[in-house]
Amino acid sequence: MQAFLQTLIYGVETGAIYALIALGYTMVYGVLRLINFAHGDVYMIGAFVGFYACTQWLPFKDLSQHPEAAAVNIALALITLFLSMLLCALLGITIERFAYRPLRNGFRNADAHFWGFVIALPVTAFVGAMSTTKRQGALLFAGVVIGFIMRPVMAHLTKRIKPSSSRLNALITAIGVSLILENGGINVFGADPKFIPDILPKRQFSLLGVEFNSSRLIILIIAAILMAVLRYIVLYTRPGKAMRAISHDIDAAKLMGINTDRVISFTFALGASLAGAAGFMVAAFTNIKVVPLFGLQPGLKAFVAAVLGGAGNIPGAALGGLIMGVVESLVASRYPQWRDAVAFILLIVILLVRPAGLLGKNTAEKV
Amino acid sequence: MRWLLGRIGVVVLTCAILLVANRLLIDNIKEYYISVLVLCGLYATLAVSLNLINGITGQFSIGHAGFYAVGAYVGGAWTMLMRPLVVKSLPILQTGTQLGDHLNLFIALVLGTVCAGLTGLLVGLPSLRLRGDYLAIVTLGFGEVIRIVILNMDVVGGPRGFTPITALVNDHGIPLVWVFGLLVVVVAFSRNLVKSAQGLKFLAVREDEIAADAMGVNTTRVKVTAFVIGSAFAGAAGVLYAHCQTGVNPDSFDMNTSITVTTMVVLGGTGSISGSLLAGIVLTALPELLRYDFIKDYRMVIFSTLLVVFMLTRPQGIFGHREIALPRFLRRLIRKKENAP
Repeated sequence: MQAFLQTLIYGVETGAIYALIALGYTMVYGVLRLINFAHGDVYMIGAFVGFYACTQWLPFKDLSQHPEAAAVNIALALITLFLSMLLCALLGITIERFAYRPLRNGFRNADAHFWGFVIALPVTAFVGAMSTTKRQGALLFAGVVIGFIMRPVMAHLTKRIKPSSSRLNALITAIGVSLILENGGINVFGADPKFIPDILPKRQFSLLGVEFNSSRLIILIIAAILMAVLRYIVLYTRPGKAMRAISHDIDAAKLMGINTDRVISFTFALGASLAGAAGFMVAAFTNIKVVPLFGLQPGLKAFVAAVLGGAGNIPGAALGGLIMGVVESLVASRYPQWRDAVAFILLIVILLVRPAGLLGKNTAEKV
Repeated sequence: MRWLLGRIGVVVLTCAILLVANRLLIDNIKEYYISVLVLCGLYATLAVSLNLINGITGQFSIGHAGFYAVGAYVGGAWTMLMRPLVVKSLPILQTGTQLGDHLNLFIALVLGTVCAGLTGLLVGLPSLRLRGDYLAIVTLGFGEVIRIVILNMDVVGGPRGFTPITALVNDHGIPLVWVFGLLVVVVAFSRNLVKSAQGLKFLAVREDEIAADAMGVNTTRVKVTAFVIGSAFAGAAGVLYAHCQTGVNPDSFDMNTSITVTTMVVLGGTGSISGSLLAGIVLTALPELLRYDFIKDYRMVIFSTLLVVFMLTRPQGIFGHREIALPRFLRRLIRKKENAP
């Protein structure tokens, strides 16, 4: 019984993380009907931001030598959490603006400058030996120049390309963005595993014979707070209302004067910041190794969790994440080798029995 | 009669071209290029077979690697585990002889194809009730489940991989004939299917499922058929993969493989057989071409950026629904010459 309870607690902890990632998937699916494959990699970026903040950017103290610095470290950890969320939100907005929006609405002339920098990146990287500052200056210069050269190309493309509404295209674009983040991560961060040192004091509690770990408890509490904040934003604020309107009917929302593009950006920012928080917390509090492919499996499972609860349904994603975490740790405690399969088997069974997910609404198909 | 003669002529011509090309290539190019060519052929086969499901029937499957894996492991299991038992009663399958090895490969191919087809049936029957994104997720899930089941089968090596699979006489380059032979068969099958009356049903399901249903097309049956055929061909490609690489590892059949194949189909133009074929070859060769020293480390980033740029600038794929075909091209060329003066 005790072992069962212990497993259950572990499951809830894993599930909270899945739920945080799944919320991002489900919100994007709700507004755009797009499976944002890059979301798992945003989670990875969150973990890396946490790693660099904890080891280089912020003055964390080593607790084994300065035990009195615990309070400072806790404050810094909170700052790191917000930093991860902020940077991931920016990343989410960038991805939406330059990959998914052109697919939806076609190119804008202003996009030329972004792609100018993308082209300038390899050009300046291979131009030979230069100091870092010089290289950055060259990148800036080349980016601006190529950006202006790209403007007529963009103007031509804007006229030529018809925006496509194909789901397959959106999916492949998302996969492409995910590949860019993963492989770019290997180039920028290096493929060697990294570990975040213990930044917070650790305590063990024991309740009814069940062991609680303070750092894991923190994950649960923060996840709960973030979900509550999200619920407040979605239900009681204007952007949240607009989000719900868009997920209900995007064309009607446009007609009602909602700036859909801006709200979609906001949705991406929200989802990505949750994933960033999850990434930082997992990396910092569970001693897991941080590698550029860090987000692949959790991302996939969180996505499955989102579908489990009903894609597009926000409470459903949280529920799906929890169920997924619990079932996974229950199975893993008996048959560890089937750990990764159970998510998919669960998904298949649920989809075949209830195609719209646990909390999703079954909608009849219109002719 | 004339029809039959024409068909036989095409087959003979194809075989001749394959054999001659093989002879010419084998002695003159490096082993590395051969292996790249083999991979190109296999991925083109996979792309064309997935195109049957995603392009021609308009379904949304992204778990093709699962069936590829089934083929590879069934083929490998036949060659390494069953063949030694069967060879006692059927001495013609003796290892080391040309005839024995090729016959063995053929049997492996048939077995792998059939098993992958059956798996396709098993997966397709329940999951094809779903549509769109949900179907995609379920196929992805099944693909992963197949991989994990293999990972837990100790008979075929589990996580260590299934090695060695030695089947072919060491006349290197023979795989080339098999691989491209299979590719020709798959392309010819797809092309003939689209041109036939049966194929119209597949296209009808793609264009409008409800209308097709109303016109008396058994849509479920058509979808499952397409799924079974597509996965069977993927299985055949898997058998050849296992034998060409002389061993397989469950990691080669993970989600990335499925996604690569899906990418090929979309990039080539969903529904275009020639598009899938071309994209299969180009996308396999491109990362290899990017292996120059100075961009070696960045090749995957460049590759994925190109993928996104391509999706944004040409969303319908290289060819869209259209095909390139040699006869029509020639005819147009001749007509142009006639009109020119």
